[in-house]
Order: sequence, then structure tokens, then C-alpha cells
Amino acid sequence: MTLLYEFGKYLKLLGAMFRKPEKFSMYWKETLRQMNDIGVGSLSIIGLIALFIGAVTSVQFAYQLQGSFIPAYYIGYIVRDSTIIELAPTISCLVLAGKVGSNIAAEIGGMRQKEQIDALEIMGVNTAGFLVLPKVLAAIVVVPMLVIISAGISMIGGYLAGVLSGLVKPTDFLTGLTYFYEPYYVFMMLVKAVVFGFILTSVSCYKGFYVTGGSIELGRASTQAVVYSNILIVFADYVIALILT
Amino acid sequence: MIRVEEIKKSFGEQEVLKGISVTFEQGKTNLIIGRSGAGKTVMLKILVGLLNPTAGAVYYDDLNFSTLSVKEKKKIRMQVGMLFQGSALFDSMTVEENIRFPLDMFTNDTKLEKENRVNHCLERVELEGSNKKYPGEISGGMQKRVGIARSIVMNPKYLFCDEPNSGLDPKTSILIDELIRKITIDNNITTVINTHDMNSVMEIGDNIALLYHGELAWVGNKDEVLDSPSETLQDFIFASPFLQRLRKAYNQ
Repeated sequence: MTLLYEFGKYLKLLGAMFRKPEKFSMYWKETLRQMNDIGVGSLSIIGLIALFIGAVTSVQFAYQLQGSFIPAYYIGYIVRDSTIIELAPTISCLVLAGKVGSNIAAEIGGMRQKEQIDALEIMGVNTAGFLVLPKVLAAIVVVPMLVIISAGISMIGGYLAGVLSGLVKPTDFLTGLTYFYEPYYVFMMLVKAVVFGFILTSVSCYKGFYVTGGSIELGRASTQAVVYSNILIVFADYVIALILT
Repeated sequence: MIRVEEIKKSFGEQEVLKGISVTFEQGKTNLIIGRSGAGKTVMLKILVGLLNPTAGAVYYDDLNFSTLSVKEKKKIRMQVGMLFQGSALFDSMTVEENIRFPLDMFTNDTKLEKENRVNHCLERVELEGSNKKYPGEISGGMQKRVGIARSIVMNPKYLFCDEPNSGLDPKTSILIDELIRKITIDNNITTVINTHDMNSVMEIGDNIALLYHGELAWVGNKDEVLDSPSETLQDFIFASPFLQRLRKAYNQ
């Protein structure tokens, strides 16, 4: 029952978000600010994590394939596909849910507690639209870009780890990277990035928007934003995999 | 003018407001007073439309707010300014940006026009030159004044103040009270102040409504307070032993 109530409230917030903006230029300015916060602000952590994900994938598969008859260029092939299909969008967005999601929930929750949201409402501002829509739009645009960068860095990480440790020759890895390339997988990756971006921002905004009480409740809302976003991201990952494969 | 008719508000089983009818006059400072938990904040939130009453109606110059369409409500809200207890300034914006925000959002004024309007409002609250400071860099009293400047930047017809003196020293409280009163008279607006500051009651209480356990216990003005036979009012006004001694001395 509570779950249904929460879901209804979440849908209501999303509905209110799409009302006509008071002034497009103000919403656009806010969207650009959010793009910078979510995109540029997350670039280093996403890059670092992607580098190691690629490296670990490469080393693990090289170890698995040792002594088998499977050609070494398969390491590059596996790193590429696992990165594009699963690791880059999912791991990146789980990390973003932790970094961006908790930040959004704390920011909006803090505004609620300091009566800043009430102040906006009294001015006549559609608070759901002004506070939530720019964040969701920014994420939908920026998260796919981050995921593309993450996939690229992962492959570089895989190459460096495989080659520097001597587990695979550079030519074999590069052959694998171009072997049986399927552009549809990139489409899948982008679909996941858009959906995950929407989930992590909208859920975090929702948790922050309806926060009540004091600092303990704000901390709890921030944690819940991350937990719920993560659960919904992996669930959506499964649904997208079922639909698109 | 704002008129409230038979307002009731319940949260679950708990009835917070029990049928309150009162009128807040234009060009006057109208005070809602009462002890903590009396229903003052709920009343103010209903007046500004942040909460819907369980029953009753709020009239803005004979317009029933609850029956208005979203567009009409928005039109009324454009005429409303509010000073919050904690000022509710946006932390990431400078003083100037905070005050300019409603103008940026709702008007097509030029940059120069907005700048002039912001400077005029800062002048009114005696904060000239603080344009580039952030809320975190100024005192609580200054934050309140910035809050007032933001609330009057759109030339509101109705001004609401929630505990404008809370957390301020007596001298700054007096300054804030005088400022609100001056704005009310100069702009001929309807001001509603939610307070339990006795100094405000005695200095700027043109109209006073005392709430007690969700009911309207007394209505009057600052000149009628001391001579009122209402026990509830006297208990509230002379709550501290010091004020009780003062009252005794006054009566003698």
C-alpha cells in the first residue's frame, strides 16, 4: 500500500514537472548549470572507474582464456562488448546514482527544509518544473555522453592492462576490438544511459522534494535516493535486456 | 483586504484550526499572535495557499482563493510577497540575484530596469552596497532585510511575514518591525504578520488576532491590549514573571 502511495506521489511529481515553464530562458539557464554539475562534475570519477573496469575485465578474461584454444584476440572482443552492452552504462550510472543522486536529494531536501521551495511556490513558480525538469533533462543529455566516454576509457584501460601485463599482444587486442562489431549494441548502451539517467535524477529529486523533518530525515532521504535509484537501475537494466535482445 | 471565513484545518484526527473568521485590513499591519502550537503557522500557510483548508474560505479582495483556477491563483500569487522565518534566501545566489529572481522569472524588464528596481529595494531596507554578498556572508538581521527586499520587489498587494523577529536581538527586531510598518503604509498594502513578539504586538499591532488552541480567542488592536478583560490574552501577553510584576505595577 505504501509502495503504491509512493509511486502515485512520484508520478504526480513527474506530471507537475511538465507544466508550461514560467520563462524558458530561466529553465534553459538552470538546465545548462545542471549539465555542468552532472556532466563535467562527474567526468573524473567516471573516467577513473571506467579505466579500472576495463583493466579488470581484460586481465580476468586473459586469465580465463589461458591454456584454452580460444584465440587471444577474443580478449579485446569481450572487453569491447561487455563494456558497451553492460559495464559502461550500468556501472557508470550506479556510480552516478551515488554521486549525483545523493547530491540532488540533499540539495532539494535542504531547500525544502529551509523553506526555499515554499518561497518559490508563493512567488508563483512551478517548483516541480523548475527544480526537477532541468535536472532530468540535463541527465538525459549528459549521462549518455558520460557513458560513451566511459566505454572508450574502459577499452583503453583493457588495452593497457592486457598489453602492459603481457597477457595479450597489442595487435591481438586491437583485432578483437574490431572483430564482429555490432552497432546495435551501441544503441542498446545509449537506451540504457537515457533510461538510467532519467531514473537516477527523478528518483533523487522525488526523495529530496518530499523530505520532512530535520537533518536525520535529510540524510535518510539522501541514502534512500541512492538505494532506490540503484535498485531501479538494475531492474530497468534487466527489462531493457529482455526487450532489446 | 483579506477575509477569512470559518477556516477549519485538520491533520488526521487532530483539528488544528476550529472555524476561524477574521478580516485583515489594507494599509494596516495585521498580527496573528498565539502560543506555540496555537495554529498560527498553519493559518498563515492557508492564507498564502501553501495548505488547503479542510473547510471555509479565504477571500483576497472578495475573490475566493480556493475556487480560483490555477491561472487565476498564479495571478494572485504574483501580488503576494512573503518573508519567511529563516528568510529562505537561495544560498547559491548573491543578495542581488536573490532579490532579482522574481523579476527574472516573471517580467520582461531590461537588465537596467531590473538593476534599478533591485537597488531601490535595497535602499528601502537600508542595505545599499550589499549587492554582491552571499546570504552566508551577512548577519541574520541583514538576511531578514534581504528577505523583505525580495518580498517587495514585485510591488505586492499582500505581504505575509512569518515570525519576522525570531532569532534577532531586540534592537534589530524593532528595526524590522518599523521597516515592515513603513512599507505597509507607504505602499498601502495588506500585511499579515505571524508573531509572538510582545514588542511587535504593542508597537505595530494595528489589528491583532489571538489564536488559542485553534480558536480565535480575541480580536482587537494594540491600544486595547492592556485594558482587555480577556484572560487568555492577558495570560499570553504577561506570560513571564517579570511582565506580571510590570502589569501589577501598571495597574497600581
